[in-house]
Formats: sequence, C-alpha cells, structure tokens
Amino acid sequence: MNNIFVYLEIEDGIVADVSLELLTKGRSLANQLKCKLEAIAIGSQLDGIGEQVFSFGVDVLTLADDKKLYPYTSLPHTAILVKLFKEEQPQIALMGATSIGRDLGPRVSSALFSGLTADCTSLEIGDHEDKKEGKVYKNLLYQIRPAFGGNIVATIVNPEQRPQMATVREGVMKKEIADKHYKGETKKLDVSKYVSSTDFVVNVIERHMEKSKLNIKASPIIISGGYGIGSRENFDLLFDFAHVIGAEVGASRAAVDAGFADHERQIGQTGVTVRPKLYIACGISGQIQHVAGMQESSMIIAINNDPNAPINAIADYVITGNVEEVIPKMIKYYKKNTK
Amino acid sequence: MGLKIVVLAKQVPDTRNVGKDAMKADGTVNRAALAAIFNPEDLNALEQALRLKDKYEGSTVSILTMGPGRAAEIIRESLYRGADDGFLLTDRAFAGSDTLATSYALSCAIKNFSKVDVIICGRQAIDGDTAQVGPQVAEKIGWPQITYAEEILECTSQKIVVKRRLEKGIEIVEGKLPMLVTVNSSAPECRPRNAKLVMKFKHAKTISEKQAGDQDYIDLVDERPYLNINEWSVNEIQADANWLGLKGSPTKVKEIENVVFQAKESKRLSPDDFDIESLMRELIANHTIG
Ligand SMILES: Cc1cc2nc3c(=O)[nH]c(=O)nc-3n(C[C@H](O)[C@H](O)[C@H](O)COP(=O)(O)OP(=O)(O)OC[C@H]3O[C@@H](n4cnc5c(N)ncnc54)[C@H](O)[C@@H]3O)c2cc1C
Repeated sequence: MNNIFVYLEIEDGIVADVSLELLTKGRSLANQLKCKLEAIAIGSQLDGIGEQVFSFGVDVLTLADDKKLYPYTSLPHTAILVKLFKEEQPQIALMGATSIGRDLGPRVSSALFSGLTADCTSLEIGDHEDKKEGKVYKNLLYQIRPAFGGNIVATIVNPEQRPQMATVREGVMKKEIADKHYKGETKKLDVSKYVSSTDFVVNVIERHMEKSKLNIKASPIIISGGYGIGSRENFDLLFDFAHVIGAEVGASRAAVDAGFADHERQIGQTGVTVRPKLYIACGISGQIQHVAGMQESSMIIAINNDPNAPINAIADYVITGNVEEVIPKMIKYYKKNTK
Repeated sequence: MGLKIVVLAKQVPDTRNVGKDAMKADGTVNRAALAAIFNPEDLNALEQALRLKDKYEGSTVSILTMGPGRAAEIIRESLYRGADDGFLLTDRAFAGSDTLATSYALSCAIKNFSKVDVIICGRQAIDGDTAQVGPQVAEKIGWPQITYAEEILECTSQKIVVKRRLEKGIEIVEGKLPMLVTVNSSAPECRPRNAKLVMKFKHAKTISEKQAGDQDYIDLVDERPYLNINEWSVNEIQADANWLGLKGSPTKVKEIENVVFQAKESKRLSPDDFDIESLMRELIANHTIG
C-alpha cells in the first residue's frame, strides 16, 4: 500500500529506457519515503521482464500477461491501471512522456480524479503548506517543469488526490542499476478480472515501429544547431564537423520547426535530454526549454553572433561570431593537427 | 447519413513567438504581450473534420471552445473555413482550471449536444504541451480514443480507421463510433479561409459581443440566426462548480520561479584564427575531442 508505481513500457519484450530511468528515480524516491518501488508490466509474454528490471531496485513486479494486451491500446491498459491503483492506493505513479504514456496517463488520471503533471524535468519530495486552509502536507511529490513560453519553472503538487501522477521524457532522468542482485517478488494478475471484452474496441491492424538508429543521448560530443543556422543546407556544415570529430548533431525546436533538422534530433524539454562531455551550441539563443535539455553537459561552447545571447551565461566558452565563419576554422584546425 | 462532428479547439498565446517583453518585471508572464492564436494542432483537427464533412454528405462540424470572450475569434476562423456552428464555453467559474477541471467542463458541454459521432481535437496546445485534455475528456464521457492521428482514413457508422504517427513509428488502427480522435501537427494543414464564408460569417457574434454592439447588429443577427455564436456558462452545461476552476483542480501550483541559470565563468573568445586555434588546441590536448 502507498507505494511508488512505475508503468513499464515494453516493445518486443524489451523494457524501454525511459521506464528504466523512472525506476532509477522511483528507487531513490522510495528510499526517501521509506516505501516500496513497484513496477507494472502489461503486455504479452512477459517472462523476461523481471530480469530486466529487478536490478533497478524493484520490490514488486506485477505482470498482466495476455496476448490481447500487446500491442498497447488505450482502454485495456487504462482499465488495469485504474483497478490496480484503486486496490493498491499508490502514493506516486510515474510513466514515460511517450506516445503511450501520454495516451494512458491522462485517462487514468481522469478516471481516478488524480492530478497529472506532464513532462516533468525534476521530481523531488517536500512539504507543502496551504496557508488558506491552514494545512500542512508532508512528503508530497514536487513535480517540477518549465512552464509557459520560457523563463519560469513551476513546482506542481497534488495535495489531496492519490496517486500523484507525473510523466517524464526519455533521457531526463538518469538510468542506474541499484544492485545487480536485487530480488523482488513477482505477482501475476488475473487479467480477466481487470479487463472486460468491451475494452477491446480499438484494434491495431498495421504497425511499423522503427528502431531509432540515432542515439544522440549516448554521444559524448553533440554539435547542436538552432534557428541561427538559417537553413537545412547550412546544417550540413554541422554534420561535416560532427563527422570529422566523431560527434552527433542536435537541434533546437526552432530549427526543427523551421524544417532545418529532424524532430528526433531535438534537444530540450520536449525533445531529448543530453549530458555529453562537450556540447557546442551553434546559433542557439538558449531559451529555458532548450537549456533544460543540455545544461548538465560537462562543457558547453556557445557560438552566437549576439554577445548577449542567454546561452552565453551557461557556457564555458563563448565565441561571439558567425557559425559559418567559426566552424570551418575548427574543422580546418582539427584536420591539420590530428591524424 | 452524415456524421455529427464536434471539434474541440483552444485559443492560445503564441508561445512560439515570445518577444523580449513577454515577462513582467516580477517574473510573471505578460499575456497581453503575446498574440492570441488558434492552437496549431486544433487547426489540423479542424481540417480532418472538414475533410470528413466533404466526404460524407450531410455531416456537420461544430466548434467548441472554452476560454474568455475573445476566444470567439477562433470560432469565427472556423466558420470561415467551413464549420457549421460554434459554441463558446465561458464563465468566471472556469478560471484557474487545470487539465482535469477543463476536461470536466468540456465533457459537460459535450453532453449538451444531441448524438455526437466523432470528437476531434488537437493532440496538445502549445501553451502547455500536456496532451492531456483529449484523453481526459474521452474518459469522462466514457468514450474510447485514438490519439496521435495523422489521418482519418475512413469514418462510417460502422467503423473508423485512423493512421497514427507515433514517436517511433506508425500504426493503423480501427474502431467503432463514437470515438474521440486527437490530431498531430504532422496531419495536413488547415485549408485557408473561404472568401464566401468570410462574407457570410464576418458578423457572427456571441451574445456578449452582440450586447456590446449597436442595435443594427442585433437586428441583423435576428434576421440571420446563423450569425449567432452560442455562448454557454456553467448553468447551461449543468456543471458542478466543485469540479471546476481551482477547486476542481487536483494539481496546484506551489511555486513559480524565475529561472536563474547557474551562470558560469565563461571565457570570451573572438572568431579570429588565433582564438579558435588555441581553443581547439586545448580541447584536443585535454582529450575533450579527438
Ligand atoms: C512548451 C514549450 C516547449 C519547448 N520545448 C523546446 C525544446 O524541447 N527544445 C528547444 O530547443 N526549444 C523548445 N521550445 C522553444 C524555445 O522556447 C525556443 O523558442 C527555442 O529553443 C529557440 O530556438 P533557437 O535558439 O534555435 O532560436 P532563436 O531563439 O531564434 O535563436 C537563434 C539564435 O541564433 C543566433 N544567430 C543568428 N544567426 C547567427 C549566425 N549566423 N551565427 C551565430 N549565431 C546566429 C541569434 O543571435 C539567436 O541567439 C519550447 C517552447 C515551449 C513553449
């Protein structure tokens, strides 16, 4: 009772990174709250899930295993979570801010009348005082997310309703094994008690999932371009540089919206979060939603022709100049001085 | 047999074009400095609705929006593009609603319509990017949902077939009506205004707008009832005030903070050869690159 639940997203029997990241976060929150960390897997042929997740510190793994439950559809997964949460009364429920989590989370929260905060960038535990009501709430989940057009960060709490629900994007939390030998218990749900046949109203008749070849998150060096790059063609310069030094190319949302780069390269609050050894921000102004996704980079170089661009404040090196002038010089020097 | 389609749309501040004066000195958002626009994905949703109307004779498209009086603008924009009528849900009691209270209000309003077949809305609004209201409404009215739609391929009384564009792929799904569908920005753009419809609907107004206007307007609207944009308050939708506004919102904003970046001691460099070369030398020497 009153534990922390993480919904596991599963594709082809593999638990998604975002779910493992949430388990890592969930483990540390559970330690703080002195409660258990539970994971729920809904799908088909789930025997291999335990070995993928227990090492993240999962105390209880609940399996809802039925071939009709894969691939994901909204109502059956909603029905299982809603009934399970009514029984188990979790205090916190976390899921990925993915196309599944963003389809499922709101339905569950609507059914349970529990608040849901989307796209949190940080989750913490703390107290909350409602001065008007003269009430103090202990150990609430602080759901922290950048809000509204930039420059502000809101801390959201759900004082009364449980579970406190939040979604988090892939890459925002770190993924870390808690203990290789951690052993939790596995529970199997009797699926027929949780889902009724009328829940299967939508059928997936065709499905093509691409395994993304791109893994910006894993790249130690990221060269990122913004609206200041000016065109898709000009982005080639960044790709050349990346090719030469062995880096990946990222982009700001303004660059993605303008069609200069593909969405999967977007870094920031509504893209991926990265922590490379080196981040080179080219023609990026440095709005909060972008910075949220890269500020933990070990070293940041900003190339911007505006000496007052906000990105400069968080950069280790500020080069005030035009990208198209600076990058070729970098490429030239690198080629000349390395084999 | 035509379809009865309701499109949920929102007027949003244009957060994509946030100017320098968007923030007040106290750190709160200066809404007045931001233009109010038709939420982009709601326009994609409207286009899907209008395509169904074109394809299935006898279909109608109604626009439902919740917001302040000026949100009537997006209803007019919809009428100019082919929607049949509009409903503005407006009341002080809605102020401060989070996504759940908003979806409660919308779900009450939807129950006011007689027999709806499809509800179509944008996946998310650019001022919050939560993508929550669509699914929350569906749950409240007990309907199934298809989110992340790129194209409604087929929609008859027997079935609806939708192509979904997900983060990592595509899906084609099939369901029965009624259905709530949320539409992505990858769907086709909304058609432009139609000149004839602009002529027809340019005087379309809500009751409040009419009252603010002069007698000529009021006479005109009496003559041409299609110029009436319906305005609903809490009373018209039989909503329970306990579930609305701040009171009906389980999430509370505890704190809003101005973001002050951990400003670093940056080294300032010029784009001159000397500066760039010494930076590169350093990066190579300490194995940051290479
Ligand atoms: C809910 C929400 C979520 C968001 N999520 C994200 C997100 O995940 N990621 C994200 O990036 N943004 C996100 N944004 C958008 C964000 O607020 C900014 O609009 C965006 O990051 C700006 O991108 P930019 O810096 O490339 O463009 P701009 O702000 O237009 O900056 C362009 C910069 O390029 C410089 N420049 C121009 N020409 C040159 C040149 N020749 N050489 C060098 N410099 C040059 C200019 O001085 C300027 O600083 C989000 C916004 C909202 C409202």
